[in-house]
Amino acid sequence: MKKSFLISGIATAGLLAAGTALAGNLTVVSWGGGYTKSQVEAYHKPWEAQGGVKINSEDYNGGLAEVKAQVESGNVVWDLVDVELSDAVRGCDEGLLEPIDKSILPAGADGTPAMDDFLPGTLTECGVGQIVWSTIYAYDKTKFSGAKPMSMADFFNTSKFPGKRGLRKGPKPNLEMALMADGVPASEVYKVLGTKAGVDRAFAKMDTIKDSAIWWEAGAQPPQMLADGEVVMTTAYNGRIFGAQATEKKPFEIVWDGQVWDLDLWVIPKGSKNLKDALDFVAFSTATEQNAGQAAWISYGPVRKSAAPLVGKHATAGIDMKPHMPTAPANFKNALQNDFEFWADHQDELNERFNAWLAK
Amino acid sequence: MADAASQALSNQTQGYSDDGPLRAADGTLLKDKLHQTMRRKRMISLGLVLPLFAFVFVTFIFPIGLMLYRSVDNPILAENLPKTMMVLEQWDGQGLPSEEAFAVLAEELVIAKKTRMIGQIATRMNFEMSGIRSVFTKTARKAKKMKAPYKDAFIAINEKWGERETWVTLKRIGQSITSTQYLAAVDMRYDVDNNMVAQEEERQIYVQIFVRTLWISFLIAGICLVLGYPIAFLLATLPLKTSNLLMILVLLPFWTSLLVRTTSWIVLLQTNGVLNDIMVWLGIIGDDGRVQMIYNQTGTIVAMTHILLPFMVLPLFSVMKTIPPSYVRAARSLGANPFTAFVRVYVPQTVAGMGAGSLLVFILSIGYYITPALVGGRSGQLISNFIAFHMQKSLNWGLAAAMGSLLLFSVLLLYWLYTKIVGVDNMKLG
Repeated sequence: MKKSFLISGIATAGLLAAGTALAGNLTVVSWGGGYTKSQVEAYHKPWEAQGGVKINSEDYNGGLAEVKAQVESGNVVWDLVDVELSDAVRGCDEGLLEPIDKSILPAGADGTPAMDDFLPGTLTECGVGQIVWSTIYAYDKTKFSGAKPMSMADFFNTSKFPGKRGLRKGPKPNLEMALMADGVPASEVYKVLGTKAGVDRAFAKMDTIKDSAIWWEAGAQPPQMLADGEVVMTTAYNGRIFGAQATEKKPFEIVWDGQVWDLDLWVIPKGSKNLKDALDFVAFSTATEQNAGQAAWISYGPVRKSAAPLVGKHATAGIDMKPHMPTAPANFKNALQNDFEFWADHQDELNERFNAWLAK
Repeated sequence: MADAASQALSNQTQGYSDDGPLRAADGTLLKDKLHQTMRRKRMISLGLVLPLFAFVFVTFIFPIGLMLYRSVDNPILAENLPKTMMVLEQWDGQGLPSEEAFAVLAEELVIAKKTRMIGQIATRMNFEMSGIRSVFTKTARKAKKMKAPYKDAFIAINEKWGERETWVTLKRIGQSITSTQYLAAVDMRYDVDNNMVAQEEERQIYVQIFVRTLWISFLIAGICLVLGYPIAFLLATLPLKTSNLLMILVLLPFWTSLLVRTTSWIVLLQTNGVLNDIMVWLGIIGDDGRVQMIYNQTGTIVAMTHILLPFMVLPLFSVMKTIPPSYVRAARSLGANPFTAFVRVYVPQTVAGMGAGSLLVFILSIGYYITPALVGGRSGQLISNFIAFHMQKSLNWGLAAAMGSLLLFSVLLLYWLYTKIVGVDNMKLG
């Protein structure tokens, strides 16, 4: 009692900026920009068309801070949140999320039971996977007349490819990329990063581009930075770069070597006032048809096996989406899956070290 | 007996005599009556300020108290592993704890797993001991099937259970009141023998940021004073018509949104921005030699100085407005040259405004958040940005609270120093 009182005090004292949920409406929170648009087109509109409750779409920048503040203050206004795998697991462990009974998920379009239809590891206790996305790096073709960057090592090579680099402001996945650029094979990245010497090695590699680095935080920033000419190459979420290529016809090129891929999942904050609708929406939006439909709007791979063959052309640009998926065989040759357990264990230390490194 | 009675009688008669204390029509002492009336008035005025007081209490004093409390509050392990903590109480910190400690911990991990507290326990431990999180969650998953001897069972799951450091940390974090957050906020930690030692060098950061915050705030207050003084002087001395126009120029930016002003600085100063374009066009710099003026410390200082300038100008102006021009004229007529008259007669009268303006700007900039976040890049981040980081990203609210408390203490200390040196009377806010 005392504790929850204290926490609610702190939360109301300044953390909680979320608006009040309209009764009966489902508040769905995602990452904004082209990604949210793909969900609105593929999930929200069909859901409302078939008589589902109205959806309020909100944007956020990832992380569990708002969810934690809402749950601990007992004022949960978000009903469904799109999170990374590490947050889905951590939030579940900390009791911030509702466990989701997987029996609500419909079978695949080809009749495969849901449990077999989802790719391994895409269903967790509190989360239902939607898409596979990837952090890649992309460059502006017009900035390099001769040789073009081909590998992760080229991203860290400022003498061969001079110019500013955009990087995500945080240790993840820069350290992994630095190690891969330094010659560590994808399969051994986390083993190396688990040692002090490995972390030193990653930071030493990061030192080589520190003076050329410009840091981004929101997914919409890197394509903007690239378009403004502020950087010549930048790490980014692959779907954002694809969006700029397909709909804005930007001369961007993605380098898939050394991509770090991850999942996005739906989770429900504990104490959601619209639990039933939220669960229905999870089941609806992760069904084969919607799962494949999203890929018509953004180049993120569906997590249902039955959805993969249904991926077709981009909804407006008419481009064949399959070669743009992170999981396409040509793109997947040297790929690393983000290790959520490694980050759950080491994020405090590595965040601190990254911040100290950045401030120096 | 008779004496007492006559005394009382004489007192009574005295009360009604002309030279006794004054009384109201109803016979009460006039002094008391006055007190009564005054008290009623005070109650009414108190009643009028009560809403404000309640408001300040709820929105200011209470949250600050909570923040101070949260910086030392450490309930997670103490509440969820109480028996383990009791057993560890007996342990002297040498070697490994007894078999009983392992057994009790196994039992409590099973409960923690069921109540979903294990994640919070593991996260709290991980703040102190990097990498221990998964050891806790994995062990809790397997705790139900564990059998005696528990010590071997634990170590079989993860060898960290066989290390003294794990248990020393567990015992330390098990205390419901802790100073570890304050230590972390000044780049220190406890080592395995519970001695306070400096944090590993590559993880040290906060002291440096505190120093930077104080230095930048000091610098901004200084620049604002140098820039604001002549403006305030002009405002106070020019004819009303001109000074009103000037005043609008000061106030207009003051009324404009903070975000608009910050982003317009980005437009002006960025490498492909207006200022760089002009310099390239004029041939002062080459196209490849564009100057980095934003997303660094310079950006923070420039934008914050601009935003905080009115807070310097307005107190200065209100003080200068009250200085009669005849003083300087008198000094001049007594033979002082314009410079002496200004420095020795005019400036000392503006000390109150300078003090108030500088203190205001300094204290505002010490806790500034939005502007450094937008234009600070990596060298222009202030301590508030790191507090926000721990509130929003790492979710280490205890550390954020400790850092916030340190900021509060340093402001109070500086304010105390200020009143000692300059004196609180010498401050006029407008």
